[in-house]
Amino acid sequence: MPDIKITPLGAGQDVGRSCILLSMGGKNIMLDCGMHMGYNDERRFPDFTFISPEGPITPYIDCVIISHFHLDHCGALPYMSEMVGYTGPIYTTHPTKAIAPILLEDMKKVSVEKKGDQNFFTSQMIKDCMKKVIAVTLHQSVMVDNDLEIKAYYAGHVLGAAMFWIRVGSQSVVYTGDYNMTPDRHLGAAWIDKCRPDLLITESTYATTIRDSKRCRERDFLKKVHECIDRGGKVLIPVFALGRAQELCILLETYWERMNFKVPVYFALGLTEKANNYYKMFITWTNQKIRKTFVQRNMFDFKHIKPFDRQYIDNPGPMVVFATPGMLHAGLSLQIFKKWAPNENNMVILPEFCVQGTVGHKILNGAKKIEFENRQIVEVKMSVEYMSFSAHADPKGIMQLIQYCEPSNVMLVHGEAAKMEFLKNKIKQEFNIECYNPANGETCVISTPVKIPIDVSLPLLKNEAKKFNALPPDPKRRRILHGVLVMKDNSTCLMDVEDACKEAGINRHVIRFTSTVHLHDPGPSLGTAHKLHALMKDKLPQWSLTFTDGAISVESVLVKVEGEDDDQKSVFVSWTNQDEDLGSYILGLLNSMGQ
Amino acid sequence: MKLYCLSNDPNKPCHVLTFREITLMLDCGLSMQSVLNFLPLSFVSSNRLLNLPIWMPNDVSDTDLEGELRENGDRIFIDSPPEFCPPLDKLIDFSQVDVILISNYLCMMALPFITEGTGFQGRVYATEPTLQIGRLLLEELVTYVEQCPKTNFATQWKNFVHKLPYPLSDSFKPKSWKQIYNMTSVNASLSRIQMVGYNEKIDVYGALQVLCTSSGYNLGSSNWIITSDHEKIVYLSGSSTLTTHPRPMDHHALKNADVLIMTDLTQTPISNPDSMLGLLCVVVSLTLRGGGNALIPCYPSGVIYDLFECLSIKMQDLGVQNCPMFFISPVADMSLAYSNILAEWLSSAKQNRVYVPDEPFPHAVLLRNSKLKHFKHIYSDGFSTDFQEPCVVFCGHPSLRFGDVVQFIELWGNNPRNCIVFTEPDFDYIEALAPYQPIQMKVAHCAIDTSLNFTQANKLIKDLKPATLVVPECYTQPPVSAPNLTELVIENSPDRTLIPYKWGEVINLPLKRKQGQIFIENDVAQKIVPVEVKPGVSLSSVTGALNVKDNVHNMKSCGNTALECKLQPKEIRYEWGTLNVTEFLQKLSQEGIVDAKVEPIGNGVMIHLQDEDALIQIEDNCTHVLCNSDEKIRMQLRNILMQCLKKF
Ligand SMILES: [Zn+2]
Repeated sequence: MPDIKITPLGAGQDVGRSCILLSMGGKNIMLDCGMHMGYNDERRFPDFTFISPEGPITPYIDCVIISHFHLDHCGALPYMSEMVGYTGPIYTTHPTKAIAPILLEDMKKVSVEKKGDQNFFTSQMIKDCMKKVIAVTLHQSVMVDNDLEIKAYYAGHVLGAAMFWIRVGSQSVVYTGDYNMTPDRHLGAAWIDKCRPDLLITESTYATTIRDSKRCRERDFLKKVHECIDRGGKVLIPVFALGRAQELCILLETYWERMNFKVPVYFALGLTEKANNYYKMFITWTNQKIRKTFVQRNMFDFKHIKPFDRQYIDNPGPMVVFATPGMLHAGLSLQIFKKWAPNENNMVILPEFCVQGTVGHKILNGAKKIEFENRQIVEVKMSVEYMSFSAHADPKGIMQLIQYCEPSNVMLVHGEAAKMEFLKNKIKQEFNIECYNPANGETCVISTPVKIPIDVSLPLLKNEAKKFNALPPDPKRRRILHGVLVMKDNSTCLMDVEDACKEAGINRHVIRFTSTVHLHDPGPSLGTAHKLHALMKDKLPQWSLTFTDGAISVESVLVKVEGEDDDQKSVFVSWTNQDEDLGSYILGLLNSMGQ
Repeated sequence: MKLYCLSNDPNKPCHVLTFREITLMLDCGLSMQSVLNFLPLSFVSSNRLLNLPIWMPNDVSDTDLEGELRENGDRIFIDSPPEFCPPLDKLIDFSQVDVILISNYLCMMALPFITEGTGFQGRVYATEPTLQIGRLLLEELVTYVEQCPKTNFATQWKNFVHKLPYPLSDSFKPKSWKQIYNMTSVNASLSRIQMVGYNEKIDVYGALQVLCTSSGYNLGSSNWIITSDHEKIVYLSGSSTLTTHPRPMDHHALKNADVLIMTDLTQTPISNPDSMLGLLCVVVSLTLRGGGNALIPCYPSGVIYDLFECLSIKMQDLGVQNCPMFFISPVADMSLAYSNILAEWLSSAKQNRVYVPDEPFPHAVLLRNSKLKHFKHIYSDGFSTDFQEPCVVFCGHPSLRFGDVVQFIELWGNNPRNCIVFTEPDFDYIEALAPYQPIQMKVAHCAIDTSLNFTQANKLIKDLKPATLVVPECYTQPPVSAPNLTELVIENSPDRTLIPYKWGEVINLPLKRKQGQIFIENDVAQKIVPVEVKPGVSLSSVTGALNVKDNVHNMKSCGNTALECKLQPKEIRYEWGTLNVTEFLQKLSQEGIVDAKVEPIGNGVMIHLQDEDALIQIEDNCTHVLCNSDEKIRMQLRNILMQCLKKF
């Protein structure tokens, strides 16, 4: 039981297809359910046969948690729930629940309609899958069942992205998904409290990259756009409807405002023209600045960015157009590309990751001629730029998160194996904690200390505290609690022995020993007693001794002197069996005195 | 555990709960009934109000009082900036309050009085909508009062309260009344609030945990659950089981409390909110059809969102959809903007609109179509251009003592085609209208209060099964307005203890803590050896090193003992049951001790071992071994005894 088992089905020493199985305290949790954008075959989805070779996986999984709407984190969800079969709960945040189905629908279209993929989920499956999704709010404690508790923390990265804390009994894990420790133009920085999990599972996309500052990349982007429109060129920015598109829109909007530009900027999103509306309505998930000013001006009400119409493609003069999809593999962005590519004054800026086989991927690799299905050949004379704007934590950010939540172990996922090694060593050195990076399909076992909560009677605690506080302060002294655990009718309570016997309805049997030592010590017996008290105080500094009416007592041990004015004194030492060690030690002490 | 009641008004509650050395304030509502005794504040000087006759008590000739009181009809009003009755500050030193929990934005208007200038250093918890909308209410109130500065401050009348006519003579503690706070205090006070989500567990100094759940009353409204390891106290305030725009009430977490404190029930126990809403829509639409204007005094958030929605539908039905609706408040723009972004706090029907994505409230569409227009004040830019009659005006303040509503009554009061419709339940509408009488415009009373009525409250209590129920005393008697309706009370039941409380009282709550919690680590747990002493009852002694941090007790194995505590027992076992004397004697002889002389004494026996110079006294529940200083024989006897007795 005191083990935590983790098996990545995806994102183990790899980027894409995030899907991690977590088992603790008898509960099985699936963290993310992503697809791999680089594959077209069965490798695009996690290998769910690992969970169950055949049939639905509902009996083996207690809940699924989705960290954010990126397809490498949620792209396999309808496949898993509707085709493999899962009817249990799926948890995510409200914005992710709202936005994920739109991206899934977009991807389904591309895969089925453009690539002719047959074995793919349908629109109805996306809808049915979304019905199983339970939306949670930040910091809300959600009891999945009596033993399994989850809680979401803000992760930055994209709108609605969350890190999840998961607890079963006294064991806990934090899973980050993708996160960003520095605020960007529209989102805040990830935050977590000192929740001290047994394990932190963190992404490590940028495990080694010390990235040039975001500001530099932004400046670079604006400079390129500026230069292009200065020479009368047209700028095409292929994007996905949600995420990077909004960040770049804010960037251009503020730049246009500042420079007082009149060159038109268009935002053409086909099906998802309402994309910005999500940002307007989930503004509580954006950064402080946007939230503060939204009443005067909602940052996502763009003044300079107008809706695009197909007939504008042939308009003369400079313009900037955002169009979907982001990889130039179909749709409007590809249509515009075909028209504008042959002109060297024009430019295409690709801010998204482009999968092999797409036009985006080809031109990024320097292709100068693109051949299309109908034998149409397009010459690429326009300039081609790649701009990475993805918001992941860099090594500094990862170290910062570890410092924030103080885990006992760290696991790196969602990164490249070689780069992980560097970060792994750094974490081990700096925090002196264990760090793991299992490959896909490899199970990692982490043992954790178990803490069991039990009830305790207040008088027992109070007596201990009273006894402890009565002694002079000593930082080295340990507090010892002793009691009897009563287990009865499903209840368990620690109490003192008398109460325990009463509760159990039995009688204790007290054994007492009394031994007599003869000492030669002339004078009144009280004098002898004082001497003994002094000796015991010296030998037992950690104990609280009392001296009343000529009798010395410590715990249950009682020492008494008799034989009033005789030279020969009888000293009685008496104790109960529980204080055998202490009693026989004191007896030994007196014996040695008598010799 | 003690409960202090600091507010006179169960709908503007303020309590202090002391529990496990923590002092918690539950809500800090501000009673505003006092403002009804003041003359309305008008920013356009009103001749009528200025010329009201000065009133003096018959037998008083104190010139200082001269001009403080004015008369209209049979009512006397104080000519001074309005004063408010803050929570009682005599019972509790506010600097000692550790935590303030706020239930909803209508129960926090006294917050600046509590936290500013009192030495308060604690934390304040509220949900995000409670903070944001509460800020709007506080700002609106301060703006209303500050935009009409008065030069004369009446103070003398407080010395003659007994000589004043009703209702002034019945004023509640007028000497404690205060002027409203300023924006600096509001901002300082609100900056202390830490936002919490529903079901977010918050640790209070390791001693307690607090958590809020949805109460269904208004945006972000909550009930609070205060727990220690073994006790559960539920504070239920401003709750609703009706379906309106907020997230529905969450019952589950409130069940089986040791103590349930219930307050802020409906102020309109006799009327049904749904039929009132229907009536309001009809009254307003018919007024418009008759060419008259409808004036709806209201707060800038809350039921007003439901009014926009229902009224616009009814206006369509009755063919007056072209009459504009005006929402006038210094915070109208903020209120409408916030209503769009708090999807996570809304009913699932409204939430699902956001997933589409549409705005959650239909008033977003009304705004786009210019059916609904909002302005900060009636003198704001553009209002006079857009203003067109007949129309519906929503504006504050519901007390009719300040805010733009004062101007609208001046403007429309003389025309019987116009209508003023009261919807907020906080103020008696006859009292509210008193300074404006005689008035020609029609008056409709459609108070909508969605919080629990007595039937719903009694049903809820049955469902929640608290061991002790604590309610304001007035809920145990029929309402003053309807003394015959004896069913309008919180029912007593043998299933629970009912404790009523009054303003200024300190109640001892019956909660005696007997148990705490301790965490034992694996190494300690592994040493536990349960001994079944009776069928179904097992005992095991446990010893461990105790670590106490932030009130959390942890126990781990004693491990390697340091030298100085080597005598501390690492393990203790206890003997129990009776000693079988025959068996004991048998074992003695097996060990070679054959000279035992047994004689009965008292309840047991005395065994004398002559050669060994030892006595063993055996009774049912104890055995005493007396010997000389020879340890060898004592150890031998001890071993034999141990073999004969059961241990745990
Ligand atoms: Zn991502």
